[in-house]
Amino acid sequence: MTTLVIAEHDGTQLDPSTLNLLGAALQIGDPVHLLVLGQDCAVVAQAAAALAGVSQVLLAQHPQWALPSAETLALQIGVLMPDYDTLLAAHRVLHRGALPRAAARLQAAYLSDVVAIEAGPRFLRPLYAGSVLACVEAQADKTLLTLRPAGFAAATGTQLACPVVTLDSVSADSRSQLESRESIDSGRPDLSRARVVVAAGRGVGAREHMALVEQLADQLGAAVGASRAAVDAGFAPNAIQVGQTGKTVAPDVYFAFGISGAIQHLAGIKDAGVIVAVNKDPDAPIFSVADLGLVGDLFEVLPALSAGLPRAATGA
Amino acid sequence: MHILVPVKRVVDYNVKVRVRSDGSGVDTNGLKMSLNPFDEVAVEQAVRLRQAGQASRVTVVGCGPAVAQDVLRTALAMGADAAILLDPGPGEGDAPALLEALSRLVQREGVDLVLCGKQAIDDDLGDLAPMLAALLDWPQAMSVNRLELIDAGLRVHCDGDLGLEQWRLPLPAVLGVDLRLCDPRAISLPNMMKAKKATITTLALAELAADQAARFRVTGCATPPARTAGVRVDGIAQLLDRLRGLPAFGA
Repeated sequence: MTTLVIAEHDGTQLDPSTLNLLGAALQIGDPVHLLVLGQDCAVVAQAAAALAGVSQVLLAQHPQWALPSAETLALQIGVLMPDYDTLLAAHRVLHRGALPRAAARLQAAYLSDVVAIEAGPRFLRPLYAGSVLACVEAQADKTLLTLRPAGFAAATGTQLACPVVTLDSVSADSRSQLESRESIDSGRPDLSRARVVVAAGRGVGAREHMALVEQLADQLGAAVGASRAAVDAGFAPNAIQVGQTGKTVAPDVYFAFGISGAIQHLAGIKDAGVIVAVNKDPDAPIFSVADLGLVGDLFEVLPALSAGLPRAATGA
Repeated sequence: MHILVPVKRVVDYNVKVRVRSDGSGVDTNGLKMSLNPFDEVAVEQAVRLRQAGQASRVTVVGCGPAVAQDVLRTALAMGADAAILLDPGPGEGDAPALLEALSRLVQREGVDLVLCGKQAIDDDLGDLAPMLAALLDWPQAMSVNRLELIDAGLRVHCDGDLGLEQWRLPLPAVLGVDLRLCDPRAISLPNMMKAKKATITTLALAELAADQAARFRVTGCATPPARTAGVRVDGIAQLLDRLRGLPAFGA
């Protein structure tokens, strides 16, 4: 039962979510190998080799891994999987395209958005926008999974570095070509990992009002999120949509300003520590899940919170 | 260009589902069923392409017992040219066989573009488009929220991990579309009446694909612990007071 984990990294260092993925893999059992795909990222592979519980690191370096297509990643997975029983990767857009594509070729089981692993192994994953939690048993020879990293305890500890094996990268499937990419470098923390998220809904009313939301976020060192309604209304970019079809967040504190709280949105925030809701509609469904609710005008509340809450230390 | 849109019949998105008391699954008995909203967007986009003269034919395909014809009729009323129902027979129709059947159908019907919803709102798996693309060995794009035909191919805007991405794909291709791609039209009464009388071709799933073992099995379902409402504070001062008491804000 060997498990392969796709390491999350930025080319120079491992992302902390790699430790959560490793923790999940170790729950399935030994041995666990880590796959590091990137461009000039040997330093990441060295760091991965020193994580306790990893018995081998696979390193494939090629410029194509900087922004791979799902098709190319699926090819690489297809080449590697004969040696593995299970593949784990973070639940994100690239993997949601590549893993099922690889699974179909391998006749493997594919499960997405796994939030917990039980003995067996059995995998827990949400259905119906999170209103049902299903326990699933894989019945194929191989299983490919995307996981919600926040659902798993991070692996801890270091070890004497395990071997790093250098792989050949597959030739890219060059049929799909990335023409351009919008890069939103807001300088704010990544939404899916932020400790505080300030999110806006349709209630903000206009794109220019997002400045108030962003101001509070920057004050708190927080990420900015948005409901589908706010994105559809053009107040916020797609990339920060939180919910069933957007990003899943797990911050210590989640602020929902002018968000009504449709079940599809709540699916993305159920792992939040404290949910703070401000909405002028006292019957908004968001209040049924909010730990702190205030019926009021967000245009009064936002500046008051910006003025009254402590400024985050830099790097928070 | 012939477009195929696979559609799924799911519990309506407005309906709150309940887990059976023995935990054996979700009780869908008597619940309102609808065309999966993502698939509805795919149908709309396909019909728009045909109406703009960029596609010649739109075929929708569903899988299930006779009752599943209703969502195919919805698609026909929206403007699809033809509908096919794959009848799984007495079994439920396992996913691998359905995938294989769809890929056979694509080849048999001379399909150039498959437009899928990016996920079904019941299982939220999002596996159909990439898996079908894999079986056909066609390029794919997921979470497509803008689509235009360019010479011999497609230009699409997709949600990427770091923001919007623009990809260029040759045809044939398989796309998984996002709700944002377009707004499904309201169905007119005459179109609905016409769709009621339209012929739906029924094919036995077994005719297109051999039985295959399911690759996973749901062993049980549960209702996740619900978050409970906390406190309502009376004003901004009280809210600030509470927030300052949280560890995240330095308490």
